[in-house]
Amino acid sequence: MKVDLRINGARHSADIEPRKTLLDALRENFLLNGTHAGCEHGVCGACTVLLDGEPVRSCLMFAVQADGYEITTIEGLAPAPGELSVLQDSFCETHGLQCGYCTPGMILAAHALLQHTVTPSRDDIVDAISGNICRCTGYGQIIEAVEFAAARLRIANTPQPHHGALHRATAKHDAPTEGVPEADEADEPIVEAK
Amino acid sequence: MSADPATLRFVSTNRRVREDRRFVAGRGHFVADVALEGMLHVAILPSQHPAARIVSIDASAALAMPGVHYVLSGEELAAATDPLMNGLDTPKVQRHPLAVGQTRYAGEWVVAVVADSRALAEDATEKVRVVYEPLPFVMSAEAALKPDSPPVHPAHGSNVLLDRTFVWGEVEKHFAESPRQLSFRVTWGRNSTVPIETFGVAASWDPWRDMLDVWASIQMPKYPDQIARALRIPANGVRVHQDVDVGGSYGVKRGIKQTVLVAHLARRLGRPVRLIEDRLENMRGGDAHGPERIFDVDVAFNNDGIVKSMKMKALDNAGAYAGRAPFQLGKPIGAIVGPYKIESVQYRAQSVTTNKAVQEAVRGFGQAPTNYAIETAIDKVAAAVGLARIEVRRRNFIRKEEFPYLIPSGSTYDSGDYHSVVEKVFAHIDFAAMERERDRLRASGWLAGIGLAACLEPSGGNSAFEPLLNEKNTTTTWMDSCRINIDGLGFVTVTIHNPSSGQGHETLVTTVIGEVLQIEPDLIRVVRPDSLACLPSNSPVGSRMAIMLGGAAFHAAQKLKAKLSWIAAHQFGVGKDKVLYASGGVTDPNSGRQLGWAEIVNIAHRNFHLLPEGMEPGLEAAHVMQVPTGVKLPENGRVQMYPCHSFEFHVVLMAIDPALGKPEIRRYVIGHDCGTVINPHIVKGMTLGGVAHGLGAALLEEFVYDDEGHLITQSFMDYLLPSSHEVPEVEIVHHCTPSPYTVFGQKGAGESGYLGAPAAIASAVNDCVASLGIAFNKLPIRISAIGDAIADAQQGKLQEQAK
Amino acid sequence: MKPAPFDYVRPGTLAEACELLAGDEDARVIAGGQTLVPMLAMRLARPAKLIDILRLPELAGIREEAGAVVVGATTRQAQAERDPVIRKSVPMLARVLPWVGHPPTRNRGTVGGSIANADPSAEIPLVAVTLGAEIELATTDGPTSMPADDFFIGPMLTTINLGDCVSAVRFPVWPHRRIGVGFFEISARRSDFAFVAAAAQIALDEDDCCIEIALGVGGVGDRPLRLDMSALIGTALDPAAVADAVHAAAGELDAMSDLHASAAYRRRVASVLCIRALEQARANASPESAGGAR
Repeated sequence: MKVDLRINGARHSADIEPRKTLLDALRENFLLNGTHAGCEHGVCGACTVLLDGEPVRSCLMFAVQADGYEITTIEGLAPAPGELSVLQDSFCETHGLQCGYCTPGMILAAHALLQHTVTPSRDDIVDAISGNICRCTGYGQIIEAVEFAAARLRIANTPQPHHGALHRATAKHDAPTEGVPEADEADEPIVEAK
Repeated sequence: MSADPATLRFVSTNRRVREDRRFVAGRGHFVADVALEGMLHVAILPSQHPAARIVSIDASAALAMPGVHYVLSGEELAAATDPLMNGLDTPKVQRHPLAVGQTRYAGEWVVAVVADSRALAEDATEKVRVVYEPLPFVMSAEAALKPDSPPVHPAHGSNVLLDRTFVWGEVEKHFAESPRQLSFRVTWGRNSTVPIETFGVAASWDPWRDMLDVWASIQMPKYPDQIARALRIPANGVRVHQDVDVGGSYGVKRGIKQTVLVAHLARRLGRPVRLIEDRLENMRGGDAHGPERIFDVDVAFNNDGIVKSMKMKALDNAGAYAGRAPFQLGKPIGAIVGPYKIESVQYRAQSVTTNKAVQEAVRGFGQAPTNYAIETAIDKVAAAVGLARIEVRRRNFIRKEEFPYLIPSGSTYDSGDYHSVVEKVFAHIDFAAMERERDRLRASGWLAGIGLAACLEPSGGNSAFEPLLNEKNTTTTWMDSCRINIDGLGFVTVTIHNPSSGQGHETLVTTVIGEVLQIEPDLIRVVRPDSLACLPSNSPVGSRMAIMLGGAAFHAAQKLKAKLSWIAAHQFGVGKDKVLYASGGVTDPNSGRQLGWAEIVNIAHRNFHLLPEGMEPGLEAAHVMQVPTGVKLPENGRVQMYPCHSFEFHVVLMAIDPALGKPEIRRYVIGHDCGTVINPHIVKGMTLGGVAHGLGAALLEEFVYDDEGHLITQSFMDYLLPSSHEVPEVEIVHHCTPSPYTVFGQKGAGESGYLGAPAAIASAVNDCVASLGIAFNKLPIRISAIGDAIADAQQGKLQEQAK
Repeated sequence: MKPAPFDYVRPGTLAEACELLAGDEDARVIAGGQTLVPMLAMRLARPAKLIDILRLPELAGIREEAGAVVVGATTRQAQAERDPVIRKSVPMLARVLPWVGHPPTRNRGTVGGSIANADPSAEIPLVAVTLGAEIELATTDGPTSMPADDFFIGPMLTTINLGDCVSAVRFPVWPHRRIGVGFFEISARRSDFAFVAAAAQIALDEDDCCIEIALGVGGVGDRPLRLDMSALIGTALDPAAVADAVHAAAGELDAMSDLHASAAYRRRVASVLCIRALEQARANASPESAGGAR
């Protein structure tokens, strides 16, 4: 089936069989290897991506279901090649990882939290990452990384998130079922994948 | 020790772990990221029976499916490859990647299907028809010991792989003359490290160069050698790409059966082939389970709580093939008395085959279960003599001034100061306040208690347990290596010769080299050549790399420093020991003449006429380092195991709601002494991760087989990994007792936390329920078991009161 | 762990979805997929066709009716968790939702999906049964509904027929001013399915006398059960009376035994959690919570 997805702000199209998960499609069709397979049954969270800004398990979705959303993978977080977001840099500062396998999913889950609030409590952080299993770190330095990032975001000269954005993101209807709207995306690059 | 801590510039400072940068951007290079042109994919058909004879395999329907290239059976693979290596001298216990003639555990790999995609390969496995004739099976280790148990390997004659008793010291005499004795049993349930990335391997055969290329998520000493041996090709025909990132291993990614399978297929089919285990293949048949051990312990002690002697029988359920399981009984011999001055020990190591999956080397290599048994002994001695558990420990601890300390089984502990660590932890906690908190909880209806565990982390890994358990093995070499090159423009590149799974080896070597050469570590490049271009290495096992890779890097850097100094001295016309090296430049203190880094580099690379006689051009140095101690073969059942011994002391405050039985950790403190810390972030990560892992082993994780021989915990729905909700905040209290055997006084920390956490958590649970007269002696301790035991005890009390 | 091949269809209307379902016994509905996809991955389920209902407008939305809140089947659990109508009018559901799975599974998992899946330890079916909700179904013969109690008939078993699709859950709204909820569950890990879960809702009059009470227990037997606490209506909910009523109702429950918990544990802890849930509900039905509950 032909599938049109918006990934990290760009349109990607491919012919993908229905049983292929979004995880496998990201990796194999669109060559975005940062999202990882850990269990393929929705428990470990290594496959976490953001759908309209909210974390989901990409191993529990099929690519054919993923049209009409803004999909964000770990590759979409860095502001530019060689640069890191505040959150990514915070993980480096506190050593919030070791082997790096769970890290993309973990960072995306934390990123989604920090989009809702820059004053998360420790419990908020624990809850936000509770769907991402790490076998290396014991979570301590991960929580420190998110706390550190939150502190930096609080004093940064950037617009603060507000809760209205969350309600809008989850309350809106899913995209229409009729193909991909063209008029306002005329300038978008369409990336054909294998 | 070669460096004065007071003058350290980079070692022990909280530098960023430089590897982290690419991982946070999703730019790791894991085996599933390796794309080879024309690559084919493997899926496995496992056996559903705990034991069965393979009557026939019909792959015709599978082969007819679109996209299917090949179906490999065990018979074909066994004809083309050598059996996988056994560590013990048990030649009749043969192990092949795919079952040959019979299957020996439910989940064992029987057939491998190769197709254009993993999905197509899985479709095809469903069409392979295997006819089995079920055979009798045995699941428990105690049953397998019995001579009439169904032998997993009939040709071997019994299920006993190993049954060896060591007696170190006058055990019977000490028991006879001790006024007190006690005996108990504890059981360590079958669990493992279960990394989030499963094992994966890709291989490609180049017939024009007679070269096998391998990419794998691997943590295996002598991996290229074992591949070559199994495939019957020259070892220099195997090229392992060591720049593959490993998504966690903690010991278990030995992957040899997977690799032999895939390599054979690559050679046979003339195309690259890849197997990435899915989670079911991994859990059931990846052969990465951990120890499953029953300890029967007797201790002889006096009324002051001094433990004079110990008898320990360790019966381990190895599973269907030998794997590393038997050696996981051997390594703990190197710390068999824990941190205590027990004078004599009798140790009986029994390893039996059953129809369960195979064990692999799990973090600590058997030390964590053994520590659980030893710490249980100490707690029971304390209860018997009516002393505080910490007091009994203090009385039995080896004292700081007694190091290096020789234990009965032949290992010398390098250094330690256990009493100081305990004091520091107690001061940090305010132990008296914690006891009051425990009492306050008890007064308000909770079951509350404090768990303690004091354990060693032997580090620096050699394989002295192999010759100890198998006299035919005469291996005493355990080395690691590092090579440094300063190029013509003065930039430094280092090669390391092993893959990493998150231990921060690049940060380790650049910190050490920066320290020695007094140059900025972050400007040093680290690369990992493939195995053909590597110097000898033995992989990051046995908590060894800080010691071994750190040591090799140190010595290589010292060689370079000497060469730089000599070149400069030669320009100054003075002896090479008459100059001073500082921050990359060299000075003649007498004349004041100086040469900077760039100038010396230029001379080395471009001005041969200015070099001292006999000196090679360029600035390159390598060092292959042997493990500091443990270089002799065993004698009379005694051997020096690992060189260095880190120490950890855990204190856990726990509360249990008696109506629910759920253990809640209210506070977790660990005192940790691993000598000089090269990078604090890395050590902290190891410790916190190890505690989390230990919590899983103590309370949550188990590979459970039912009575029909099937693994019922085959996915993450039933094999429960701790999430951020389950792991408490852990406070770490540091102490530093340097090792006399290492270049900075560093000891290993790779198994930190895990070696003592299960003992500490079990101790806490038991302290909570002691007032009810119950105790738990099997890990994991499940909520339901706690709840039911409490209810039974309370019921018993009610009945008592009613009488 | 790749699923066996299937066709994928995304019908434009609910009626079309039911037709497709009725016409093919190897077809299955997919909405959030959080419980279906793992089964597909392990090949425990092998539908020939998946009918994606997640974007059907008829199944979306949360609306208030007289005496009820109707939650469309494809409402995401995360949406429901944050919805002000549910928070105000179905406080038990709001209270329980943070315990359902993990944040990422709630972002995709649907209320209807949890109902249709009918896991004996699932929290949303427990709330439906406890409150006496109605399960609304779309069928090829038109819409129908039935009490939740009748809908769940066993572990992962419902009365749903070929061609039917859960379309909404109608939760009753209590008209009383002072309402409190209580909820407890016990599981090996925070986000696991519960060994035992108890949910309670109590309404008190101005004299702290109980005027309505609902109690349900999940995870113990093969489906969630509502326990009869009517004997406590009109009383002051004295702790001894509450305990007696719970023991009478919960003492003889059929309980499952598995790797994670014994039947004895489930049965015993069911009573404990029921009592605690009732105590918590009573405490929460305080003057401050007029018109809703925490």
